[in-house]
Amino acid sequence: MKYMLLIYQNPATWRDLPEPDRQAIMSEAGALMAELTGTGEWVGGEALADPSTASTVRVRDGVPAVTDGPFAEAKEQMVGYCIVDCETRERAVEIAARWPDARLWGMEVRPLLSPDGVEM
Amino acid sequence: MTAADDLEGLLRDLAPRVLAALVRRYGHFDLAEDAVQEALIAAAEQWPDRGLPGHPRGWLITVASRRLTDELRSEESRRHREEAVAAEPGPPAIAAPAGEPAGDRDDTLTLLFLCCHSELSRPSQLALTLRAVGGLTTAEIARAFLVPEATMAQRISRAKQRIAAAGASFAPPPAGEWAGRLAVVLHVLYLMFNEGYAATSGPDASRPELTTEAIRLTRAVHRSMPEDAEVAGLLALMLLTEARHPARTTPDGGLVPLAEQDRSLWRADLIEEGAGLTSGALTRGPLGPYQLQAAIAAVHAEARAADDTDWRQILALYDLLERVAPSPVVTLNRSVAVAMVNGPQAGLDVLATLEGDGPMAGHHRLAGLRAHFRELAGQREAAVADYQLAARRATSLPERRYLESRAARLAGDR
Repeated sequence: MKYMLLIYQNPATWRDLPEPDRQAIMSEAGALMAELTGTGEWVGGEALADPSTASTVRVRDGVPAVTDGPFAEAKEQMVGYCIVDCETRERAVEIAARWPDARLWGMEVRPLLSPDGVEM
Repeated sequence: MTAADDLEGLLRDLAPRVLAALVRRYGHFDLAEDAVQEALIAAAEQWPDRGLPGHPRGWLITVASRRLTDELRSEESRRHREEAVAAEPGPPAIAAPAGEPAGDRDDTLTLLFLCCHSELSRPSQLALTLRAVGGLTTAEIARAFLVPEATMAQRISRAKQRIAAAGASFAPPPAGEWAGRLAVVLHVLYLMFNEGYAATSGPDASRPELTTEAIRLTRAVHRSMPEDAEVAGLLALMLLTEARHPARTTPDGGLVPLAEQDRSLWRADLIEEGAGLTSGALTRGPLGPYQLQAAIAAVHAEARAADDTDWRQILALYDLLERVAPSPVVTLNRSVAVAMVNGPQAGLDVLATLEGDGPMAGHHRLAGLRAHFRELAGQREAAVADYQLAARRATSLPERRYLESRAARLAGDR
């Protein structure tokens, strides 16, 4: 079963962290990714550029309206994601709990919709 | 069937036997497995042009042995170099047991026991079985499970390392462990089949069919031990389920429920073989969960129309199944038979026993069945709400689509 782990941060708090703390967070996440690659659970993931670089696009009456900034106005923003393939939801939550961002902000664990299914 | 399919079939049949020959001769299951994969790839490249060798199996063993001995030599020289730095022993090789060589068929079974080793996680058991016994490439297995090739490669190499670390030997399990180990092998094959059966014909036509592979491997186990009623039962269950494949989806990938399937599309050849295997197994016994599930599938297959289904017999079989192998899933499925025999309220009563805090409580299938029974009972509003709840809980796109359309159809009925 595949899960997306959405990584949330408060960009302002992130910027205010001392440099060694930011480095420690990055290397902790890096080590975790290496570990998950080793277990064969890592499917993929990416980090996102700062939310201030986002464009939000809405089409109304056929006319696209583009605004600067992320879709949801919130202090915490999604700054990256990873996808893991693991046996249980508990395992996915366990992985999320080890992500350094979970201690400072939060992680969201969402099952992916599988293209497979069985008739009822 | 094309020449390419024939060649692929031949190579997959030979793969486990070639691997067994190598492991018996040299040990080193992990390295031997890599060498066999390389030999299979070489054969797939060379045989179509140069023609089939006189002894395909001998050819593969020769080529794979050469790769393996090359690899062992370079391992050895690498170890010599490393020993200068740190004197650390490598993982123990999988020693070939002293004793007479067993037949080819038993080799396949012995490999299955090894690949379904209890030290491995389920996904690793599945992946390793498909590669070492099924002869699939890592890329094919990755496509089947919709993960990147690198992820699958890692899973397979880790599985091989674990087997080596566990010091597993290439030998059938001792008599006392046989039944338990066989149960694991059958469960892995069952999961492989289910994974393949759930794959709806999506955009990826190159996705290999795990149902075909699971049936092929279960056939091999059945040939090794034709007297085992559960092995026969599992094979029958797979055949009877696969028979419904042509009727289970709409051209756009939607799911068609059992009751609404066009039964003229069901594959009569698979039903005949599956039903024959089921009755043979049931008379031989002892009774087990795969035989009972096959028997239930056979009763469905016998009904020309959904309304002709002998639900009393299905309920009797579920009662037995619940006694032999009780589980929340069995109870969930049994509720359908209860509802069909004793009415929707009786079905709802069975579901109520699963609604506490058990593993089924939040499952979309529980809500989906509750919706179905409420619909049958004429409780339309409640049924719509339950279909919607089930759709929200579903983690499968086609199942969610189906549940949403049920909800919409019922809500629009007023």
